[in-house]
Amino acid sequence: MNHNLMIKIKDLHKSYKMGSNSLHVLKGINFEVEEGELVAIMGSSGSGKSTLLNILGMLDLLDKGTYDLDGVPIKDLDETKAANYRNKFLGFVFQSFNLINYKTALENVTLPLYYQGFKRKEREEEALRYLDNVGLKEWATHLPSELSGGQKQRVAIARALVSKPKVLLADEPTGALDSKTSKEVMALIQKINKDGKTILIVTHEEDIAKMCSRIVRLKDGVIMEDKKNKMVKAI
Amino acid sequence: MFSRDRWLEIFDSIKKNKLRTFLSGFTVALGILIFVVLFGFGNGLDNTFDKFFTDDALNTMWVNAGRTTKPYMGYKANRRIEFDNKDLEDITNRFAFYIDGITPRISESGNIGYKLKSNNYSVRGVGPFHQKNEMTIMMQGRYINGLDVENKERNVVIGRLVKQDLFGDEDALGKFVSGGGRSWKVIGVFQDDGGDNEERIVYVPYTTLQLIQKNTDKLQQIIISYKPEIGYAGAVAFENQLKKYLKQKKFIDPTDPRGVFIRNIASELSRNDQFKSGLSSIILFVGIGTLLAGIIGISNIMVFVVKERTKELGIRKAIGATPSSIIGMILQEAIFITSISGYIGLITGIGILKLVGNTLEEDYYILDPYVDLNTAILATFLLIGFGAFAGYLPAKRAAKIKPIEALTDK
Repeated sequence: MNHNLMIKIKDLHKSYKMGSNSLHVLKGINFEVEEGELVAIMGSSGSGKSTLLNILGMLDLLDKGTYDLDGVPIKDLDETKAANYRNKFLGFVFQSFNLINYKTALENVTLPLYYQGFKRKEREEEALRYLDNVGLKEWATHLPSELSGGQKQRVAIARALVSKPKVLLADEPTGALDSKTSKEVMALIQKINKDGKTILIVTHEEDIAKMCSRIVRLKDGVIMEDKKNKMVKAI
Repeated sequence: MFSRDRWLEIFDSIKKNKLRTFLSGFTVALGILIFVVLFGFGNGLDNTFDKFFTDDALNTMWVNAGRTTKPYMGYKANRRIEFDNKDLEDITNRFAFYIDGITPRISESGNIGYKLKSNNYSVRGVGPFHQKNEMTIMMQGRYINGLDVENKERNVVIGRLVKQDLFGDEDALGKFVSGGGRSWKVIGVFQDDGGDNEERIVYVPYTTLQLIQKNTDKLQQIIISYKPEIGYAGAVAFENQLKKYLKQKKFIDPTDPRGVFIRNIASELSRNDQFKSGLSSIILFVGIGTLLAGIIGISNIMVFVVKERTKELGIRKAIGATPSSIIGMILQEAIFITSISGYIGLITGIGILKLVGNTLEEDYYILDPYVDLNTAILATFLLIGFGAFAGYLPAKRAAKIKPIEALTDK
């Protein structure tokens, strides 16, 4: 395996202003992820795991420290630059799926390609291929409201992958799903990881974390534990 | 802006969010519609007003004689005052500085016949200047002239409808009609914009009429046109001097409100002008008010639209939409919807005005309601502009909002 460094974070600090106080959420995180890893970031609520994911996803800005993504230093982010980086480097999967409700499954998946400037036909072909990969080719013309939770999450995964991102970031991807569907989604994530994609999952569920190759535990804004894990197969 | 994909994306969003589209479109269409209709009705009122006061020449005074109400210089009250040909001459000479033209008018009704047909018409004995004064338009032949008056010719000028009644398709010029037991030569046919009644009139030289009426020299009414350049103040001064002169001449108490009446269009007109400018300001006020209400309406809806889309915009940002593409999308959609619906409102409004047409003239005094197309288009662009502006601010805020905040808003 090529041990290419995909994510490199040094001395990362982040605090939020809450009125006159400031809440120090991340207190010096040092963290590296190699290409092809499937990392679970764990912690109780308030541990800073979501903040870390948001900074990794350029959805939020860091206060102090450095962040390199596939060798590219992520700094001086203005909105437009962040949008372009997100589009090029990152795919997102959210707990609440975040599909656009008036667009069909296929249209949702084509959207990242639209923002990359692909032609309509190419977009649809590519999106259909990814929908097929997550096993939803037959559901392409359905609206999100006509899909089950697991199906929605799989559409969201297809949408996250269609732009061929370097890293897939998943925030509690199984948080809204029952245990059987969770396992199915995790199996899909493991398959994608096996194909070489670097994936970070924020979760608070121990058995989801056990399905990853590495588990990072956060508490009060610092990394408590960072260890390799023997990946448990989801199904 | 002109990419086909952007348009398809917008059409998609419009098609699948019908309520939103309808709300913003409806507001704009209704705003423009109400503006056009109200403004059109206002202009219609204005037209009616103009019509009332443009049939006769505007620089005109009618001098009438009546009965006195006060005794004066040995004369009793309730004495009947009459004008005669001498008065006409005296006024002409004395007020030559003011006068553009002067004519007497003696009104009667008479039975006029041709061959087997005959009918009652209003007969007016007038001088040549009466034509200009009444804005009478000759269709055929000529009007009464100075020679007719001087020689007391039995010549007659008949209205278009008189000619139609008596002659039908036959040519009337040079034919003789009967009236008052004598025959009269038709020398002209006229038309008048003042309506049908004005075209059922017969004009004859006033001297001829006096001759027939036992050779009197009495005149019922004197009509004077004054020179337009003397202006409103000059007209009022003229009126006062003329009244004073006539009261003196006819031995009427200067304080007697009766005896001699002068109806001066100039003083009426200045009152009407005030009323009209008042009317115009009300119309303008209503128009601006309607537009303002429309602008506030579309602004509210745009704020609501952007708020409703916050989450969608957050998703779009998370998967790579730049802030400018978000703003562009919202604005383009807003401008598209408001333009289309503004156009619909405009056309509907103009259609309603056309449909209403003159049906409101009788009861509501609205004649030819119309809207100047430039005004209507300006109003439409104003609404579109403000709609875009009202959309821009929240769109900009939405584009700035961190995707994570938009997305956690569950």
